Amino acid sequence: MATVLLERIGLALITMIIIVVVVFFALELMPGDACSVNLGRGASDSMLAACQKRLGLDQPAVWRFAAWAGDFLTGDLGISMQRDRPIAEVVGWRLRNTLILAGLTAAIGIPLALGLGVLAGLNPDGPLDMTISGIAIFAMTVPEFISGTLMILLFSVILGWAAGVVTIGYKAPALDLLKASVLPAATLIFILAAHILRMVRASVIEVMQSDFVQMARLKGVPHRRIILHHVLPNALLPAISIIGLTMAWLLGGVVIVESVFNFPGLGRLAVDAVADQDLPLVQAIALLFGFIYVLTNLGADLLALTLNPRLRTRRK
Amino acid sequence: MTPSVPMLKVENLQVGGDGFLVVDKVSFTIGQGESFGIAGESGSGKSTLLLSLMGMMRPGLRNLGGSVRLNGSPMLGQSDAALASVRGSKIALIPQNPATALNPSRRIGTQIAEALLLHSALNPRARAMRVLDLLSMVRLPEPTVAARRFPHELSGGQLQRAAIAMALAGAPEVLLLDEPTTGLDVTTQAALLDLLIDLRHRSKVGMVCVSHDLGVLARLCDRIGVMYAGAIIEEGPLASVLARPGHPYTQALVASIPRLTSVGPPAPIQGSPPSLFDLPSGCRFAPRCALVQDACLGQPPDLTSAADNHKIACLRAFTAPAPVVNASVAALEKATSVLAVEKLSVGFAKHGIFDRKTPSSVVDAVSFTVAKGEVLGLVGESGSGKSTILRAIAGLAAPTAGQITLMSSGRTEILAARATARPLSQLRSVQLIFQNPDASLNPRHRVLELLAQPLILYGQVPRSQLREKAADLLDQVRLGPATLDRMPAQLSGGERQRVAIARAFAARPDLILCDEITTALDVSVQAAVLELIRNLARKHDVGAIFVSHDLAVVRSIADRIAVLHNGTIVEINDAQELCARPVSPYAQRLIGSVLDIPA
Ligand code: SF4
Repeated sequence: MATVLLERIGLALITMIIIVVVVFFALELMPGDACSVNLGRGASDSMLAACQKRLGLDQPAVWRFAAWAGDFLTGDLGISMQRDRPIAEVVGWRLRNTLILAGLTAAIGIPLALGLGVLAGLNPDGPLDMTISGIAIFAMTVPEFISGTLMILLFSVILGWAAGVVTIGYKAPALDLLKASVLPAATLIFILAAHILRMVRASVIEVMQSDFVQMARLKGVPHRRIILHHVLPNALLPAISIIGLTMAWLLGGVVIVESVFNFPGLGRLAVDAVADQDLPLVQAIALLFGFIYVLTNLGADLLALTLNPRLRTRRK
Repeated sequence: MTPSVPMLKVENLQVGGDGFLVVDKVSFTIGQGESFGIAGESGSGKSTLLLSLMGMMRPGLRNLGGSVRLNGSPMLGQSDAALASVRGSKIALIPQNPATALNPSRRIGTQIAEALLLHSALNPRARAMRVLDLLSMVRLPEPTVAARRFPHELSGGQLQRAAIAMALAGAPEVLLLDEPTTGLDVTTQAALLDLLIDLRHRSKVGMVCVSHDLGVLARLCDRIGVMYAGAIIEEGPLASVLARPGHPYTQALVASIPRLTSVGPPAPIQGSPPSLFDLPSGCRFAPRCALVQDACLGQPPDLTSAADNHKIACLRAFTAPAPVVNASVAALEKATSVLAVEKLSVGFAKHGIFDRKTPSSVVDAVSFTVAKGEVLGLVGESGSGKSTILRAIAGLAAPTAGQITLMSSGRTEILAARATARPLSQLRSVQLIFQNPDASLNPRHRVLELLAQPLILYGQVPRSQLREKAADLLDQVRLGPATLDRMPAQLSGGERQRVAIARAFAARPDLILCDEITTALDVSVQAAVLELIRNLARKHDVGAIFVSHDLAVVRSIADRIAVLHNGTIVEINDAQELCARPVSPYAQRLIGSVLDIPA
C-alpha cells in the first residue's frame, strides 16, 4: 500500500516537472521573446537590449529556466508584461473565482450525476433511462459555447431568471461571485454530469448482471439490500477515477464557458493573456492548468486506492 | 436406499425461450440425505436446470411447463421477494466460480454474516462467532484471519471453502452444487471433495450436484442422471450407471474419461451436440449415434426402466458392445532426442521502485530430454514451475542458469535465452500452444489468415498455394475447409483449439509445447484434442511437451511423465510405470488424489 502511494505521488511529481520544462521551452521555441513581442516592430535595438536586460533575457536559456523555475517554486510568478503587475496577484484572484465556479459545479454536478446514473442503470432501457440518457448524449455532443448560449437564451432572455453575462469585477466578494456563477455552473454541470452519469449507468448495468449479484439474490438478499450493499459499492468505485478525469478535462470547458459568460476567472484570463501576447502570464497559467490537472487526477487516484480493497490490499 | 419423503420434487420441468428448449421434461426427487448427480457437457442445460430449482431464470428463459416443489411449496412463478425467505435458508447454492460469485468489495466474514443476518435470529456477536465456526468447519486455516480477507486475497480452493461456508450459513435442507471443484488443482479438488462427502455424511442435507466430471459425481452422489441436449437420457444408481451404461451417449461419455488404469488416449465422441434451436425430431443423440435406426427418428424415446431403478431413454439400450477404452499403443522406438534441457533454473529479477510485483515461481536445476515423436508430460500443481519451464523453452522467460539444446535435422544448437534473440529457424522449431485459444488467436482474422501467417513466415509457401496448404492443415486437425473463412468467434472452444494446433504445426516445428491446452474444454472434446496431439506428434516425428495439472489427462497422452513440485522434478519415468508404481511421496500423493471412477 505504502509503495503504491509513493509510486503514484512520485509519478505525479515527475509529470509536473515535465510540464514545467515543456511549458518553458515551448515558449522559448517561438520566434521573438517577451520584449520584441511587447515593444512591437518599431522598437529600436537599444530599447530591446534595455528591456532584455531588465527581464534578464540576455542570459542563456538554461540559466533563465533555473531562475524562473526557482522563482516559481518560491511563489514568485514573475511580472505580467501587459498589466505590469505581479502575476501572482493577477492570477490569485482569478484562481479563487474559478475555484468557486468549479466548486459549485462539482458540489451539485457530481451527486446529481451519480444519482441519475444509478437511476438510469437500475432500469435500463425504461422510459426514465431513455430520457436521462437522451439528454446526456445531447449534452455530450453539443459544444460548450452552444450549450452556454442556449442557457443564456433560456434562463436570461426568455425566462429572465438570471443575468446572462457576469458584470462584476474579479475582486468582488465571494458571495456575489457565487451568485454570478449560477448560469456558468449550470452549463458546466450539464456537460460534466452527462459524462459521469453515462459511466455510472454502464457500470451499474454491468454490476447488476454480475455473478455476485445473482448469488446475492440466490442467498435470499432482499432487492433493496442488494442495491445498497452489493451493487452500489462496486458500481461507484470505478466512477471515482472517471470523476477525476472529467473534472480535469473540464478545465478546457472552463476556458470556453468563462468567455461565453464573461466570468472573471482563470479561463478567461488565459484567453486574454494569449490575445495580449503576455508571454509570462501565459506561461504561469499554462503551468497552473497543468498542475491542477495532475493534482485532480492524483487526488482521484488516491481516493480510489483507499476505497477499493482490490487495489488497497495486494494479494500476498 | 431407504425411501424417504421427498424434500425437492421436480416434475416434467421444461425451461426455454421462444422456439427453443434448454431443459426438457426433467423429473427427479431428492429426499433427506440423498444426493443426486447430474452429468452433462457444457450446453446440456444442467446449469439452467440447477438455477430453476431455486426459482431463478436466466434472462430470456422462462418456465414452459412442469413444476419444482420444495417441501410441497412451488418454486417457479414466484417473485424474488417471495422466494427470498426460502433461498439461502431452505435451499442454497455453492456456485461454480466463487471468484466471481463473491462480492469483491466486501470481506469474506461480512458476506457470510449477511446470510446469518437474513436467515437466523442471532445477534451481531453471535453472528460473528458463528462465522468463525463455519469457516473452521470448512477447514479454512486461521478463520479469524480469513474472515477479514477480501475475496481477491484468497486462493481458488480457499474461496470455494468460503462459498461453502456461506451456503451452509442458512442451514439449508437442500444444497445445490454447480461444478464444485472445476478449475482447482487435483490435490485441492480432492480435499474439497472430502469436505463435501464428510458434510453429506454428518448432516441430513440433500444434494443436487451438477458436473461434467463423472469422477466428481462418482464420489459425491448415490444416484446420477446424464443430461444430453436438455433431457435426462439415463438415470439410476451410481454404480449401475457407471458400470453398465446403457445409453450410447453415456457409454461414450464413460469411455472418454482419461483413467489412470488404462493406456492410450481415451476415445472421443464424434460430432457435436445439436443446436437448441434445431433439435432433431427423434432421439437427440441420433446424429451422433452408431446404433441409430429408423425407429429412433420418430419421436424422442422416453426414459424407461431397464433394471432396478436404472432408466434409459434409448430404443436400443445395452445393445452396444461394452465401451472399449484402450487404444493400442505402438511401441515407442527409442528415437534420438530433439531437446535437451540441462540444469535449467529460472528466477524472477528483483523489482525496482516502479515495477509491479510478479508472483515468483522458481525453477531449480531441472534437466530432461524429449525424443522425436515422444510426448513428455509435465505435471504439477499451480506454482510448481511447470509453465515456467515451458516459457523458458519458448524463450518467454529468461533462464538464470542452465542451457536448452535443440537437435533437429542434423543441427545441434543452443537456444538463445530470449525469443527476440533467436534466429527464424529456432523460432520455427519451437511452437507453443496456449491454454486459451481465445487469447492466442486474433479475433479479427479469419482462420485462413491465421494459418497463412506461419505458412508464409516459416514455410515460404507462395500465395497461390496458401489456401490449399491451409485446408490441408485443417484436414489434419479434422476440420473441414469451410472453416477457413470463419472468424474465431464463430467456432466452438474445441474447434478454436484445433485451429491453434493447426497453426502450430503450420510452422513444421521440431518441438511443440502444450500449456494446459485442454483445461477449458469438455471431456469429450478434450479426448479428441489429446488424440490429435498424440497422433500429430507421432506422424510428424515432432517432440511434444504437454503441461497439465491433471495427472489423468497427462497419463492418457504422455509416453513419459515428469512430476514437478516446488520447481524441481521429483520423479520422471515411463508414464505407465510412474502411475502404477510411483516412488516419490509427492507423486504417490498426487496419484492417490486423482478421482478415478470405480470400474
Ligand atoms: S434411441 Fe436410437 S439413436 Fe437414440 S441413442 Fe438409442 S439407438 Fe441411438
